[in-house]
Formats: sequence, structure tokens, C-alpha cells
Amino acid sequence: MEDIKKRIRITKFLDYIFAIVGLLSTLVGLALLFTLMTDLFMDGFPRLGYKFFASFPSRFPDEAGILSAWVGSFLVLLVTASAAIPIGVAAGIYLEEYAGKNWLTNIIEINIANLAGVPSIVYGLLALVVFVYFFKFGESILTGGLALALLILPMVIMATREAIRAIPNSIREASYALGATKWQTVQFHIIPYSTGGILTGIIIGLSRAIGETAPIITVGALTFIAFLPSSPFSSEFPFISFKWLFDPFTVMPIQMFNWVSRPQHEFQLNAAAAGIVLMMMTLLMNGFAIYIRYRFRKKIKW
Amino acid sequence: MKRKLTRKIKEGAIETILFLSALSSVFITISIVVVLSYESFGFFKEVPLIEFLTGREWTPLFAEPKFGILPLISGTLLITSIALIVALPLGLTAAVYLSEYAPHRLKEIIKPILELLAAVPTVVYGYFALLFLTPILQKFIPDLSGFNALSPGIIMGIMIIPYVSSVSEDAMRAVPMHIREGSYAMGATKLQTAFKVVIPSAFSGIAAAFIIGISRAIGETMVVAIAAGGMPNLTANPLEPVQTLTAYIVAVSLGDVPHGTIEYKTIFAAGMTLFLMTLVFNIIGFWLRKRIREAY
Repeated sequence: MEDIKKRIRITKFLDYIFAIVGLLSTLVGLALLFTLMTDLFMDGFPRLGYKFFASFPSRFPDEAGILSAWVGSFLVLLVTASAAIPIGVAAGIYLEEYAGKNWLTNIIEINIANLAGVPSIVYGLLALVVFVYFFKFGESILTGGLALALLILPMVIMATREAIRAIPNSIREASYALGATKWQTVQFHIIPYSTGGILTGIIIGLSRAIGETAPIITVGALTFIAFLPSSPFSSEFPFISFKWLFDPFTVMPIQMFNWVSRPQHEFQLNAAAAGIVLMMMTLLMNGFAIYIRYRFRKKIKW
Repeated sequence: MKRKLTRKIKEGAIETILFLSALSSVFITISIVVVLSYESFGFFKEVPLIEFLTGREWTPLFAEPKFGILPLISGTLLITSIALIVALPLGLTAAVYLSEYAPHRLKEIIKPILELLAAVPTVVYGYFALLFLTPILQKFIPDLSGFNALSPGIIMGIMIIPYVSSVSEDAMRAVPMHIREGSYAMGATKLQTAFKVVIPSAFSGIAAAFIIGISRAIGETMVVAIAAGGMPNLTANPLEPVQTLTAYIVAVSLGDVPHGTIEYKTIFAAGMTLFLMTLVFNIIGFWLRKRIREAY
């Protein structure tokens, strides 16, 4: 009897210990995130100021800034979004609403799951050959944006599918019962009801694109750019110019990478400052995505 | 009648556009395979496959170039192993805790924050490995060189915890409640239930999580490009600098490599090796995940 009681005590004690160990190992990641942010802020915060955002990179660390980098990141993201969103959402709608259960659908599904696991740098190699040399877009904003679009396309497709799958069948049936065609059902019911989920997925995908470095390096973004791309507005008719698409560029993570790799401590402080800006951008985008998901969940009750 | 016809045409056109968008993903995969094979084929016309696979030196940019991929593969595997030694126990323990122990409220708070770990740009992790972790490790291990495999390996391990823990947790949650209840009814504690009942039942899902973690670690680029050094090095010593497949591609791309030269083709041979390595793991992972869905 004593023996059994003792064993129960031991197993209960072990259970208790594991609860603590489990909590601690869950917190390791959070601790790292916290240390990382603190470290970045301590090194980089003094550098953050108007001048840092408004200056070009320079040989002198005190004068160097991220103007060309954040403008580049913004424009690249614009290209990425305009390529990945329409194709990704359309593919997601097709797979959920139109596709029959056949071998082709099966292949497309397996293929998307596999694409999501391809290392990002491989997309860079693909973009180098296809966009830079085959289509002759050069080492331009257009190439960089399209490379990142390839990368986030599987994420957009999967988010769209998940959002659509959450819509109950009764909605579709009600729409068909009123004589709506398939596209009318999609246009007036499926797309509006899944907007929240799709937007969340798109923003998370774009936040990954903004921090992605490797594919942009392989397509040949420059590390030192002391000018801005040409303006999208022109004084002559038709007032809008797309010349900027073919301009050379740099992006935030590449600017940071360039500064990290330099031996001088002053440049590494610049890297930390660029890191803070980059982290803030991704965290804000992720926070926004979580907010949207929350808002739409509250609004729609099936 | 006419209205019906135009409507039919419109519906058909829209369906075709949507179908083509879905098909584009297959087209991307085909392009990846074609591009990598084509450019590597050009490489293997100049370098015999045997030399590539068995050579122990990788010095394509030297005057007397040597093309043995082994140092890059060993560097990749060394850093991946370090990352896994960190990520597997922590990720699995976190998953068990979140799925079996954590109160619902706590879980709702912790999970999104854990996902943020995967959202931080990898170049920031690289900064952290090189300028924060390496100096700290050097205080404990005086032999550690400024660039080494250990520090990026550890950071990468923590980085992939969310991948490992979220997939394992999904697998454990898929284990039906009545199996746990059976175990509790026998007087088992949560710990005993978790390790003797839930984990074995969710085994293929957990294995899939590990494999996805491996594949992530192999393909990770910036952390190693920044903190592991740039020297191909056939070694199993984590204190030395190494170069991975991905870091090599970055290093070459940063320089100005003329299109069509042998140096240009090496990045595709390295890329092909990388693609095949991750493909094998992705296929195993996909198959294992499919099995959990079928199990119950």
C-alpha cells in the first residue's frame, strides 16, 4: 500500500515538473524574440531619425540612410501584390468552387503543397533565368517583385482556400435555388464572405515578402544605390509612367545585410536601426492581419 | 435566348481564367525543374558528375577550380543538425504543453506570439546570431571563431520551433478524446497519457513536423550567409566556419558573375542539389501528414 502511494506521489510530481518544463520551453521562443528586440533597440534606436529615412546609403556611416531601400521595398511590394493577389485568389476560387475531383486537381493540390516547401532562394534562381535573361526585364524592380510573387503565391492560394472552405454549403445552395449561376454565386456570396480570411492571408504573405532577402539577391539587386527610381508621374500625357518598373533597386533587408557584413561597428549600428524599421513593418502587418481576422470573425456568424 | 448564350459564354470564360490561374502553380514547378536541369546540364558537361559528388574541395572561383560539392553538403547538414538538436526537443515539449496542459486562454495568447517568430525577417536573425549570440558563446568557448556553424545553428533551431510545434500540436489534437479518457480512466497522469498514448497515436504527424523542420533548415539562407562565414569546409566541428549550399549561392550572386560562365552555372548545380534535398523531405512530410488525416 505504502509502495503504491509512493509511486502515485512520484508520478504526480513528475507531471507537475513537466508542466513547468513545458511552459518554459514554450517560452524560449518568446524570450528570444524579446532579447532580439531589446538588442536591436539598444543598438539602433539612437540612429533612428528623420535623416536616417531621408538619406541615401553612404561611405560615412553617420550620413547613411535607408531612403532608396524603403522606397525600393515599397515599389517591389506593389509589383508583388499586383501579380500574386489576382492569380492566387483566382486559383483558390477555382480549386474550392469549380474543380472536380480528378487527377488534374490532385496534381495541382500536391503541387501547391510542394511549392510552399521550396526554399526561397530556388525561386530566386528561377526568376534570374526566366525574368532577367529570358524575358529581359533586367535586374529591375519588376523582376524583384515577380520573384517574390512566385514565392508568396502558394500562401495566397492556401489562405483563399481556407477562407472559402469556412463558408457553409447552405449559402451556395440558397444562391443556386434563386437561379444564380456559379459565377454570380462566387461574385455576390463567396468572395464577400471570405474577404476577411483572404485579406489576412495576403497581408501575412506580403509581410513575408518584405523581409525576404535571398531571392532578391540572386536576381541581382544592388547593395549600394544612391538614387531613386524614376517617378511614376510625368508632366506630359498620359501623366503616368511605368519606367520605374525597369529601374535598378535595393530593398530594406538587403541594405541591412550589406551593413551587417561590414566590419566597422558604426555600420552595424545602422544595420540595427534598419532592423528595427524592418521588424516594425512586419510586426505591424502581422498585427493588422490578426485584427482583420478578428473583425471579420465577429461580423459574420453562420 | 441571346441573353442565355452570352451568359453561358461569360461563365465559360471566367471558369477558363480561374482554371489557368490554378494551373500556373504547376507551370511554376515545371519551370523550376526545367531551369535547374537545363543550367545544371550545362555545368555537368564541363564537370563530371563523379567529381561533383565525390570531390572534397569546392573552389570554383580559384585559378585552379575544384568542383566537389561535399563541403557545401556537409556544411548544410552540420548546421541543420544543430538546428534540429535545438528545435526538436523544444518544439515537441511546447506542442505537448500546448495541446495537453495549457489552459485555453493562455494558448490563445501564446500561439499567435509563437507564430511571430516565423514572421521575423531572417536577415534580422542573422544580425542577432553574428553580433549577439556569437560574442556570448565566445565567452564560454574560447576556441569559437567569429564565424561558426554553432551560433547560426542555434538561432535557426529557435526560428523553426513554431513550424515543429504547430504541426505536432495539430497532430496531437487530432487524436480523439476518448483515447485520452481511456488512459485517464486507468489512473494515468497527463504526463503518462501524453507520452504513452497521445504521442504514439500522433506519431506520423509528429514525424511530419520534424521533416518539415528539416526541410526549412536546409533551405534557410540569410542566417547562415551572415553568421557562418564564407568558406567551404569539410568538417563536423561546429566551432569552425562553414558554408552551406544556400550561402554559396548568395555569395556568388553578390559578386558580378557573367551570364553563361562556369561560375554562373555552379549556382544552379548547387541550387539543384538543394532543391532535390528539400524535395525528398517535402514528399515524405506530405505523405506522413496525409496519413494522419486518414488514421481517424
